[in-house]
Formats: sequence, structure tokens, C-alpha cells
Amino acid sequence: MNDWADILVNQAFWVAVLRIATPLIFGTLGVLLCERAGVLNLGIEGIMVAGAFAGWLAVYAGAPLWAGVAVAALTGAVFGLLHALLTVGLALSQHVSGLGITLLATALSYYGYRVSFPKVNTPPTVAPFAPMEWLAIPVLDAQTPLTLLALLLVPLLAYVLQRTPLGLALRMVGENPQAAEGQGVSVAAVRTGAIVAGSALMGVAGAFLTLSAFNAFFFNMVNGRGWICVALVVFASWRPGKALLGALLFAFFDALQLRLQQSGDALLPYQLYLMLPYVLSIVALVLVARKAGYPQALMKPYRKGER
Amino acid sequence: MRLERRHETSRTALLLAPVGAVGFTLLVSALLVLWAGAPVGRTYALLLQGGFGSVFAWSETLTRATPLILTGLAATVAFKARLFNIGAEGQFYGGALAAVAVGGLHGGTGFTLPPWLLFPLMMAAAACVGALLLLGPALMKNKLGVDEVVTTLLMNFIVLLAVSALLDGPMKDPTAMGWPQSVSLQPELELSRMVAQTRVHTGLLWAGALAGLAWVLFKYTVAGFDIRALGANARAAAFAGVPVTRTMVLVALISGALAGLAGAIEVAGRTSYVTLDLSPGYGYSGIVIAMLAGLHPLGVLAAGVFVAGVQVGADTMSRAIGVPTYIADVIVAASLIAVLVATLLTQYRVRWK
Repeated sequence: MNDWADILVNQAFWVAVLRIATPLIFGTLGVLLCERAGVLNLGIEGIMVAGAFAGWLAVYAGAPLWAGVAVAALTGAVFGLLHALLTVGLALSQHVSGLGITLLATALSYYGYRVSFPKVNTPPTVAPFAPMEWLAIPVLDAQTPLTLLALLLVPLLAYVLQRTPLGLALRMVGENPQAAEGQGVSVAAVRTGAIVAGSALMGVAGAFLTLSAFNAFFFNMVNGRGWICVALVVFASWRPGKALLGALLFAFFDALQLRLQQSGDALLPYQLYLMLPYVLSIVALVLVARKAGYPQALMKPYRKGER
Repeated sequence: MRLERRHETSRTALLLAPVGAVGFTLLVSALLVLWAGAPVGRTYALLLQGGFGSVFAWSETLTRATPLILTGLAATVAFKARLFNIGAEGQFYGGALAAVAVGGLHGGTGFTLPPWLLFPLMMAAAACVGALLLLGPALMKNKLGVDEVVTTLLMNFIVLLAVSALLDGPMKDPTAMGWPQSVSLQPELELSRMVAQTRVHTGLLWAGALAGLAWVLFKYTVAGFDIRALGANARAAAFAGVPVTRTMVLVALISGALAGLAGAIEVAGRTSYVTLDLSPGYGYSGIVIAMLAGLHPLGVLAAGVFVAGVQVGADTMSRAIGVPTYIADVIVAASLIAVLVATLLTQYRVRWK
């Protein structure tokens, strides 16, 4: 038991928790935006890969770090626009379109990487974001500005969703598009906007990996984080505050399994520790399933004039 | 922008849609080939030649198509009932490992059953493991309303880690120089070659037969009708007396079993042991194949050969001219989206106003 106490009082542990949580916060908020407007976005896994690659490539080519983040957001937005065109404009299956975008974005990124760097054994690196040492808050002072941005986005998004006409319109098209249209809200425009904005956040989530957590682009580096975000949104009942909580909780267990794996006496295979976060995600989904308040129009395409 | 349903869909348009979509995809992918600095015409010629240009190319394509057809069928059966099984990758590995567990040489000895008995046992074990892996998510969807997409996706990671643990531990081949590799299958259980000097094995016949069976299931049986009804409109199906839970369970068992069999057949036909790179994403490609085929079991055969040909051809082309093999994944993913759009346009007209 002493091991556990040692881990929990260690500041480095909590630094790791917040670092692991950051891409999940961006990604979860992105999924949340899309789903509150009534559209499932399974493109997240691929959009994170594309954001990670495009943002990193821009910085590698000499752009400033924040420009790299902007490039990642823009890349995400472009794929979001494609998803919106397919699911909102053409009312195709949101599942299939999202999976198609994940496959396409991943393949394009890997292709782009191989074209740019045909023969490298060690991945080329960039100088990533530096920790905010000027900040006098423990744990947070070891994080990069992107983490701060993620944390600030949570109340901002909660405010926009709950307290502004834009947020009301967004929630309406996700709950009852007919009523929204009746109020003069363009369902197609609001949904498209939400998907584009949400996908931009997913792109930034990917950029965090290559520009802050690591300094290079690797294949398989997103490794299911996007899917975890989709699960976290259900766990969070589509609320930004709870999404933050869910991301932190998930990151806590992920950091814990890493520590246990390192300090472990090798009684259990290390794979069991790695499995823990995925198992917990499924358990969390089952636990909240009964009371999950899905947006009423989620996954229901809306065609003007049809009932 | 508004969609307006066409009064009738012409057969020609329906047949031309996939061709046009793939053509459009190749046109767009040409830009990527240019980015890599390669001549477009020669790249595509090499790709076509590598996938379909010779007996050897065909043999490699059909070898690759075998698991793809099976995972494509797994996705087809599930998606028909709107059970979005994205977990075929995990079910594939589960089936592969189950096959080796039953039919493998464990320290030089395996089960000492005669091959004619052990072979069906091995296939049954693989089908069971695949089916059981999907049963959980299907029941969670049906009873608790947990979205199966997320659970099956997460299951992929769990199964792969479990396979990795088993390959490091109890299933490890002690003679593999520390490499995480399972014990080998008993030689008598391996599928035989269909053409000498190639890798095409009788698994291809299994895949073809199972595609035919799936077609019969949908077209001529009550269960098949129930599955289609469930997918078309679950509430109406329940109202009309379709046993919803039972049908969903059946779909999960069939779909998971097909993906599990894909793993077993890949082991018995090609590698004879399990490693962590046994599948370059066959489970995910299966979804694309099912959608390209318009969820038609016989269409899966064609779509499976197409995707396999592009992948095999891209390997050959890449060796010759240096365009990264990932071009195959781009072409396949982009064709998926293009085919979906093209099919939609055969049924709807877009009105801009």
C-alpha cells in the first residue's frame, strides 16, 4: 500500500495526470459540440492524427508554434466541413461517414509523412511548447500553454452553450430540429458550424501530442484517444464541466497504471495495466447508460420539410 | 441545398455509380502521386499490374482478399441489422489465437486428436471466440442502450493487449528467439495450396462459400428477413412481431463468428502462427468493403478483391517507384466516401436554392 501513497503525494504524478488529460479535454469538447448539435463525429480519431501531423509539419517547416496549432485547427475544420457536407448536406449515415473520415485522414497523414520523409530511421523533431514556469500555481506551472487553453475552454464552452443565443440555437438543433427551424434557425448552418468548430478542437487535440507532449510525429501515436473521447462525452452527459471531470478521472487512471507498471513487481503482465483505461471506459459507459441524456436528435439526419 | 427523392432509380446509374466513384477517387489521388514527384500514368499502371497484371499478382491479391472477404461479410451481416460492429479487428485476433490454442503444437505436442476431428474443433473454437467477443457489446446495446460503436472499438484495444500478453506468456513459442510469436499450428491442420508455387489457399473457397451462405440467409430465410427488417426500421419490426433481442443476438453471433473465422483461416492458410502484425487492419478494411459492396454478400467478393488488389498493387508499385504504400489506404478510404455519395445521388437529386 505504501507504493500507492508514494505515487499519490508525488507532484510529478499529478503533472502527468494533467498532461494526459489535455488532449482528452480538447477532443471531448470537440465531440461534445458536434453531438449537442445532433451529429455523431467518429472522424475524431483520424482528425487527431491529421491535426498532429499537419501542426507538427508546419512547425518543422519553420512556422511559430502557435501557427502550428492554428494549422492543426484548420486541418480539423476542413475534415469537419467534409463530415458536415456528407452528414448534414447529404444526410448520409453518420457512423459510416465518420469512420470514412477517420480512415481517410489517417491515410493522408501517413502518406504525407512518408512523402515528406521517405527515409528516416529516427523521427525528425521540433522544439515543443515550453512549460509555463512563470505561473505560480504548482502542477500547472509544469504544463504548457495548451493545457491552460484547454482548461479555459471548458467554462467558455459551458457559458456559450447555456447562456448565449448561439448556444441555445445549437442545443435546439440537437434536440428538436423541426422546432428550431420553426424559430427561424437554419438547422444545416448551425450543425455545420458546430461540426467545423468541434473538428477544429479535435485537430488541436492532435497537435498537443506532437507540439507539447512529444516533439515528433509517430505512427499510431493517437492510439485510440479519439475513441476514448467519444466514450467520455457519454460519461459526461454532454456537459463541458463533467467532460473535464471525466477527462481528469480517465487521465488519473492512465497515469496510475503507468506508475504501477514501472514500480510493479512484474507479477502481472504489463498489458493488463495498459488495458485498464479501456476497460474503465466501457465500465463507465455501462454505469451511466441508464440515465444517459442523449441529445434527442443525435444521429437523426434532418431534411427540411420532411417529418 | 436540399435533397429531393428521384421517382425512379435507373439500373444503369446504379451500376455506373461505383465505377464513377472509383474513377473520381483515382483522379483526386493523382494529385497525391504528383506531390510525391512520380509520373501518374506509370504509377497507376504499376499499381494495376502489381495487383492484377499476372498470375502471381492475382495469386497475391486473392490471398490478401481471403481475410478481407470474411471481415467484409462480418461487417455486412452486422450493418444490415444496424449493429455497428467496428470490433472485427479484435474478433479476428481472438479467432486466430483460439485456432492456435486448439490446433497448435504446444512444446512439440498438441491435442492428440486425429486431424479430421481437430480441424472442425479448431474452426469452431475460433468462431465461438469471435462470436462471444461481439455478444457482450450487442447485449449492452440491446439491454442498456450503450452505443456499440464505442464499446466494440474499445474492445479492439483490449483484445489486442490480451493477445500481446498471451504471446509473451502462455502461448509464446519458446523457439522463437524471444520474439512475441505464438506456437505453430500442427502441420496437418494447415489449409492446402490451391495453385502450386503461390500462396492462394483453400481459405478462399471458404470465403466464397460463406458469402454464398450469407446471400441465401438474407434472401431465402426468415431469420434473414428479420435481420433486414430490424435494420430497416427497428420499431416497425418489433411491432410486426420480429423478435428483436433474439435477432440482435443472432446477428452478433454470426458477425463475430465470421470475423473469428477470418483470423483462423488466415493462420491456417498463410502464417501458421499468430504475431501482433498478423492483420494490417483487416477488421477496419472489412467495414469499407461492406459499404463498397452496398451490404450485398456477393458484392463483398468483388469489393474484397478490389481492395486487396489495390493494397497488393501499391506494395509492388511502391517498391518500383517509391510512392508510399499508404496511397492504397487513401484510395480505399476515398472510394468509400465517393461510393456513398454516388449511390445517394442515384436515389436523390440535389436542388440548390
